[in-house]
Amino acid sequence: MAFDYAPAPESTAIVNIKSSYDLFINGEFTPGGGTPFTTINPATEEVLATISEANQVDVNRAVASARRAYDKTWSKLSGADRGKYLFRIARIMQERGRELAVLESLDNGKPIKESRDVDIPIAAAHFFYHAGWADKLEFAGYGSNPQALGVAAQIIPWNFPLLMLAWKVAPALATGNTVVLKPAETTPLTALLFAEICQQADLPPGVVNIITGAGETGRMLVEHPDVNKVAFTGSTEVGKAIQRQVAGTNKRLTLELGGKAANIIFDDAPIDQAIEGIVNGIYFNQGHVCCAGSRLLLQESIAEQTIESLKRRLQTLRLGDPLDKNTDIGAINSREQLNRIIDLTKSGEDEGAERWSPACAIPDKGFWFAPTIFTNVTQAHRIAREEIFGPVLSVLTFRTPDEAVEKANNTQYGLSAGIWTEKGSRILWMANKMRAGVVWANTFNRFDPASPFGGYKESGFGREGGVQGLGAYLNVEDPS
Amino acid sequence: MSSLDAQAPATHKGLHAFLAGLPGIDQVGAEARAAALGTRSIKKDSKLWAINTAISMVDLTTLEGADTRGKVKAMCSKALHPDPTDMTTPSVAAVCVYGDLVEAARSVVGDHIHVAAVATAFPSGRASLAVKLLDTAEAVTDGADEIDMVIDRGAFLSGNFSKVFDEIVAVKQACGSAHLKVILETGELKTLDNVRKASWLAMKAGADFIKTSTGKVTPAATLPVTLVMLEAVRDYYQETGTRIGVKAAGGIRTSKDAIKYLVMVNETVGEEWLTPDLFRFGASTLLNDLLLQRQRMLTGHYSGPDYVTID
Repeated sequence: MAFDYAPAPESTAIVNIKSSYDLFINGEFTPGGGTPFTTINPATEEVLATISEANQVDVNRAVASARRAYDKTWSKLSGADRGKYLFRIARIMQERGRELAVLESLDNGKPIKESRDVDIPIAAAHFFYHAGWADKLEFAGYGSNPQALGVAAQIIPWNFPLLMLAWKVAPALATGNTVVLKPAETTPLTALLFAEICQQADLPPGVVNIITGAGETGRMLVEHPDVNKVAFTGSTEVGKAIQRQVAGTNKRLTLELGGKAANIIFDDAPIDQAIEGIVNGIYFNQGHVCCAGSRLLLQESIAEQTIESLKRRLQTLRLGDPLDKNTDIGAINSREQLNRIIDLTKSGEDEGAERWSPACAIPDKGFWFAPTIFTNVTQAHRIAREEIFGPVLSVLTFRTPDEAVEKANNTQYGLSAGIWTEKGSRILWMANKMRAGVVWANTFNRFDPASPFGGYKESGFGREGGVQGLGAYLNVEDPS
Repeated sequence: MSSLDAQAPATHKGLHAFLAGLPGIDQVGAEARAAALGTRSIKKDSKLWAINTAISMVDLTTLEGADTRGKVKAMCSKALHPDPTDMTTPSVAAVCVYGDLVEAARSVVGDHIHVAAVATAFPSGRASLAVKLLDTAEAVTDGADEIDMVIDRGAFLSGNFSKVFDEIVAVKQACGSAHLKVILETGELKTLDNVRKASWLAMKAGADFIKTSTGKVTPAATLPVTLVMLEAVRDYYQETGTRIGVKAAGGIRTSKDAIKYLVMVNETVGEEWLTPDLFRFGASTLLNDLLLQRQRMLTGHYSGPDYVTID
């Protein structure tokens, strides 16, 4: 018998999914006036719950509730008292971590080992980190008395639902703002469970409001005149539309958009760890990662053997039930996204790149895409330029460090980059040349609340996390 | 070619340059990979299979100054039939003893399982080559069909790779048909880069197995060290077509840990290595935990320490 790992599914008994969910406004769950929609489990296509849609009246109610909470309660609290609430939320997130992880994997399709070991722990860490800042803002380098902006409108994507919520809500609350947050329409459930956590933490009503809906709800939120700050994470296309919407207003804006990161492997790289970094860079979270290392730049002298090693490694990836603790690649979040991946990979083949995937059984139901490598890719191919947002790696080669820099920077995006070499001086030289917000050296996709994250060029502006991220929610000059 | 190469005998030209040219290892990344493999969840049928496989891979070991023929013979009985309440339990792969107790061990196990002897001035390796060869030859004469030798760590750390290489070649010759396991004592080599170099050195010199540790130095076997050795074995196979075995020895005490090693073997070199011919555990207390877990899997309830034998 071969060493087949028996199914090891995480139990769903820990999470109680209701048949329908309302909006969370002013500390209470309240029905929305729009047309309810459903959210499904992308691994089975089964409906998980029906979700309220917020219409203009609901958006107005939510913003008014946030304004009231800001004026009457939150702006009157000391930093230390705000910090207490954030610490309390962080602890409850840890206590209910298993529940959040299971729910995230059900709604998003990501492997339970990622929601359990990455999404939820880092989300809690963001609340802990920012809780610590709440009473120390005068020491953050923004002057002796930095002030909150007011009401923050926050719109987050479906790839890391709770983690992106934490990136947005934690700094906003720590700096004294109140928020209206809209999760993505395909992944609203952990945000709604977070609403329950806010109740459990006795957070004053209206400090956090969560409204659900699709793009139209988001548009109404962004355009609401009583919003002081807009923070958006998502596609570059929508980011540009939002920037047009807020043009000419006093609203502060931060955008965290797409990416097409280069993961650059030199011939003196620690090659076994580089292989892991490549895999982690593009196959983590099915490649639904804005900073994914989707362009692999290999030094020509090691290209062939590295691709061979990478292919061997990909054969050990396990695709399937996201709740199985041994699953490495879960489900694609939606049929729409799956179609986009299929489209772009087809263009790769049409334009002459060579496609490879390991033998990989695809479940009958749900949305799936086998991990894929394209070799013989050039800068001119669509799959080298456009963000695929799926488990698809485009492999290019370079001959010299200069050429690596040129190719890495030759993109409309600039969110992240990876550099693999044992030569420390080259790491520093390369990092200085990269036009990317995050540069990883001999690692990839590492996140910490203390480290600022954000983009160059069409990857957006503003930083989230770290002392730099606080500036995005304070009435000070934007540090970025 | 390095200056050390220039000083080396003609047969070793290029050895230093070769070892220096091996790709580096990022310790943080290697440890992260080892930890990630450790999160695999092995349940039900696959767990029972893993436990049986692990039992069959154990080199049941006693290496104490206080060892006696009686103690060794008792251990050998257990090696043959690890669980007297269930004769379907597989035998272990080998018993591992000091050279002077090989004959006692062989008298009990016959041809049923291997007898491994530690040799070459185990565990420190601090003796002349002549003594090491005699140590090896006597153990083979007494019936050992596996020799666990130690490398000269002092020579390795001072850069005298040729000396380490030559000793392995000589001991291999003294082994005759006995299989040679080369103990790197990774706890003294300290860095993963050294572990990779020593692994290649031993394989090129003729090792049939490369082994982590003597068990007398802390840390003994660890997952990251074993990962690096498995990667070396994998790359050596790619290059030569020869399969070298790996033995993780010392510090592995629980079934849970043993299963982590099997997962690592499976996902690093592939399931062809999941056989006692190519992977071993050097252990003493591990066996009882494997037996307890096996009993629990088959009966559905936990027993206790008095339901496995102490030998």
